[in-house]
Amino acid sequence: MFDFSIISSWLHGLLTGFMPEWAAILTESILVALVIITLYAIFAIVLIYMERKVCAFFQCRLGPMRVGPFGTLQVFSDVFKMLTKEIINLRGTDLFLHNLAPFLVVMASMITFACLPWNVGAQIIDFNVGIFFFLAVSSIGVVGILLAGWSSNNKYSLIGAMRSGAQIISYELSIGMTMLTMICLTGTMSFSEICQQQYAEGWNIFRGHLPAVIAFILYLIAGNAECNRGPFDLPESESELTAGYHTEYSGMHFGYYYLAEYMNLFICAGMATTVFLGGWAPLHIAGLEGFNGIMDYIPGAVWFIGKTLFVVFLLMWLRWTFPRLRIDQILSLEWKYLVPISMANLILMAIIVSNGLHF
Amino acid sequence: MNFTLFVTALLTGIAFVAVVTILARLISPRSFNAQKEEAYECGIPTRGRSWMQFRVGYYLFAILFLMFDVETMFLFPWAVVMRSLGSAGLYLVLFFLIILVLGLAYAWRKGALKWQ
Repeated sequence: MFDFSIISSWLHGLLTGFMPEWAAILTESILVALVIITLYAIFAIVLIYMERKVCAFFQCRLGPMRVGPFGTLQVFSDVFKMLTKEIINLRGTDLFLHNLAPFLVVMASMITFACLPWNVGAQIIDFNVGIFFFLAVSSIGVVGILLAGWSSNNKYSLIGAMRSGAQIISYELSIGMTMLTMICLTGTMSFSEICQQQYAEGWNIFRGHLPAVIAFILYLIAGNAECNRGPFDLPESESELTAGYHTEYSGMHFGYYYLAEYMNLFICAGMATTVFLGGWAPLHIAGLEGFNGIMDYIPGAVWFIGKTLFVVFLLMWLRWTFPRLRIDQILSLEWKYLVPISMANLILMAIIVSNGLHF
Repeated sequence: MNFTLFVTALLTGIAFVAVVTILARLISPRSFNAQKEEAYECGIPTRGRSWMQFRVGYYLFAILFLMFDVETMFLFPWAVVMRSLGSAGLYLVLFFLIILVLGLAYAWRKGALKWQ
């Protein structure tokens, strides 16, 4: 497989050749920041366009068709529309918190976005406690949502934020449990090591057979709830709460929430890809050497993005197929079904791994 | 290097929001009237303050979450070294999990999981 760290170490050598160490690191950090923003914007635009088209096809419509060929420029025009709208400061809002909330939401999604492994060596943040760090940072977003609802001086926003907070913290538990299940199998928390291992030994969803498949399904359900989407989108249900916690946000302030929502979807799918579907590791079938060789020829980034967009499509499918749940149904689904199932699944996986029954 | 990159990603997020907000404030039109500043609540004037009391149920779920989240935090190191611990580690963690399941069962029995 092509190793991206060749390029990054070459760049580091080039930069340290004519400038001091700290200046080289500063330059690299600026380059990394530009890469993060570019990828963030590109994938947000791709996902918004994809969501509109997928939603339209599920409802037997065509979706955006007028602006550009097949409506591809629709999202760009929407972004410019949002940029040119006025940001209104309402009477009675807590201005400081109201302006602080988008920072927290976008910050959390950018840091988690930087954790994703795109290719061999092409990963920005690679801690040895990767999954733990990922879970810790992704829960900062809840604080932003709660602040947005609280500071808006609007009863709908407050109710939406409270529902959203209760839902997100509840489903975080299932996400943590499913991740624990997979850490039992991999024996490491670092994303790059998990991917290397899956490249060598096969995707985790095949290696861990039954408990891994159960964990994958639980992760999809909990991840959908974590992104405030799908059948779990009652914090922003338009028919009862207008728009939930971001009712009072206008213009680009609303745009940040929209952006972060889609990026959280992408990050959630990317996490599922990394932990269950092999990350950048190509599909290998034991015994078919020629087939494995052809699969190795496809770059890792293509595998990662392809698998992630496939999981995104699955999540969109869920969203546009099921009717919305009530708050009590959501909480009882989590606490009475998903938590006991994921605990039993964790024990099952622990027994399987300690007896060496996995592949 | 990882911590440098973590700080980079953090500052990127902050800088992105700050720059785009300033840009939006610069290029967007501005107008003022008294009606515009009112809170949007279905078009009718707001009654009373919005920082009101809300259901205690949310608080209850937050406490339950705290208990189980701390539990998963304790389990992460175990999961990493599980293979080298062998069956002794497995039994100890099973014991730990049973105590927590009893906690969940107690909350369930007491009706803490019921939304009323």
